[in-house]
Amino acid sequence: MRLVLAEDNALLRAGLTQLLEGHGFTILHAASDAAALEAALADPEAEAAVLDVRMPPTFTDEGLRAAIAVRQRRPGFPVMVLSQYVESLYARELLASGEGAVGYLLKDRVADVAEFAAGVRQVASGGTVLDPEVVSTVLARRREEPLERLTAREREVLGLMAEGRSNAAIAERLTVTDKAVAKHINSIFTKLDLPVDDDDHRRVRAVLTWLRV
Amino acid sequence: MTALTAPALTIPTAGRLRLTAYAGQHVLLWVPTLVAFVVTVTGGALALVTIGLVLLVWSVPLLRWVADRHRATAARTLGVPVPADRLPVREGTRLIGRVVVWARDPMTWREIAWALVSLTLGFVLSLIAALLLVLVVTGALWWYGVEPIMRARARLDCLFLTYGRVERLEQRVVDLAESRAEVVDHSAAELRRLERDLHDGAQARLVALSMSLGMAEAAFDADPERARRLVGEARATTTAALGDLRNVVRGIHPPVLADRGVVGAVEALAADLPFEVDVKASLPGRPPAPLESALYFGIAECLANVGKHAEAAHAWVHLRHHEGVLSAVVGDDGRGGADPGAGTGMLGVMRRLTAFDGTVSVSSPVGGPTLVTLEVPCALSSPKTTPSSGPA
Repeated sequence: MRLVLAEDNALLRAGLTQLLEGHGFTILHAASDAAALEAALADPEAEAAVLDVRMPPTFTDEGLRAAIAVRQRRPGFPVMVLSQYVESLYARELLASGEGAVGYLLKDRVADVAEFAAGVRQVASGGTVLDPEVVSTVLARRREEPLERLTAREREVLGLMAEGRSNAAIAERLTVTDKAVAKHINSIFTKLDLPVDDDDHRRVRAVLTWLRV
Repeated sequence: MTALTAPALTIPTAGRLRLTAYAGQHVLLWVPTLVAFVVTVTGGALALVTIGLVLLVWSVPLLRWVADRHRATAARTLGVPVPADRLPVREGTRLIGRVVVWARDPMTWREIAWALVSLTLGFVLSLIAALLLVLVVTGALWWYGVEPIMRARARLDCLFLTYGRVERLEQRVVDLAESRAEVVDHSAAELRRLERDLHDGAQARLVALSMSLGMAEAAFDADPERARRLVGEARATTTAALGDLRNVVRGIHPPVLADRGVVGAVEALAADLPFEVDVKASLPGRPPAPLESALYFGIAECLANVGKHAEAAHAWVHLRHHEGVLSAVVGDDGRGGADPGAGTGMLGVMRRLTAFDGTVSVSSPVGGPTLVTLEVPCALSSPKTTPSSGPA
């Protein structure tokens, strides 16, 4: 898979390139500022992007804005956004830019190399991967309709879905059987009135409802 | 004392007839002035005996009321505000406390001196102005004379009833020295807090990290399994250290504040709170960065208080910039009865804002709603333009 990488810190850029290439990705362009990133994202060969939020010239949120802009031009273009900080506001903005195919992680998560690579792959295949820190912030927030209908366990499962975990991973985390997880997930879909659709799509929608997008 | 940042206001001036009516009012106020003066002086002389205090408790407000009537007419005569700038008496202060504040307030002494002048020279001026019209035959004199006479009278009142330029500047110096000392204290305390946070958090974790790595290094050949476990621990410690650093940085300057300004940062904060917060803002630009940060932390503190104490279901933040003053109102529909002096949090907010000549006012009747208003005089910069090379 051909990726666009954007990261202004040379050391991290080299590290990420090495890491992703080690997991079978091809780095098409490695941009170090907003202008180079814009040019790289215009390349029709690119299949997904891994972006840093804060970059030159203004060191604010140009990576995020570039991600949203490219998804407006190319709907469904997979983007994994990395940042030193996570804000649930930014997560909502990213998710609102199209259904699925977005990731938003703390840079620290790169340390778990295999899981990070799996996350990028999942985003590239249309999934949603949110940082546990965003998930816990949202979980601490007020309960409102229709999420109020969920049980505590179902909310927990939904949170893990938002982190981009598979049924098997959720089962392992909660030490329950795969069947029990599937039952919870079905119950979540029903309670959130999600239309019958393929399972991946419904997962994304459940996460969107949860983040009030 | 009041900060002198308000722009100079002009007040519509009165015409001849109205000036004459003022003169009449002055004449009628002669008796109350005399009573207030005599009783206040007597009360002051007897202040050590209870009866003196009893006299003062009603004579000083009377004196103030009479003086205020003259301030109002002087303002309308000269077309400039005539502020009293009295020392504020805190609500719920008891009798003796109030008298002590009055006695310490130079304005009280000025008002007593004024009463003496108003009863004599001032009275004569106003009486002449009134008589010129009443006597009819002196109508021509009245036409030309009433304005200069009444202006003289108003200037005489102003001389006593409001502070002059020099005194105001002196007061300003005192205020600034005070706020500067507070700012220095505040930043010293902040630095100490940062030092402690770094020392107990990230620094301690880095020590643990280097220990784990050192032990792993030693164990590599003899016990690779143990070495692997130690490296794993080291990685977990790194993540924790990064988390600590993030928290420290959020306390210094939240990244979203740098990215989106105070409005975006407050919206982001509001979205993560466990109660509903409605954010309305009409700011045509961004305030200077240090002020923006002070305002953001002020609002954050207020919202944290709503969460902690108010038992509110709904809160709101309104930000606006009007006539050179940036104001933020944080309100909630909780139980009210908030005491701004109770916690250290609000004091910190006040200190931060004082550095920018800002003010904090709290209105919180029992039963709610609570309204906290933060106001800072400032100019806004035009919104940052996206560099042409940057992404849209």
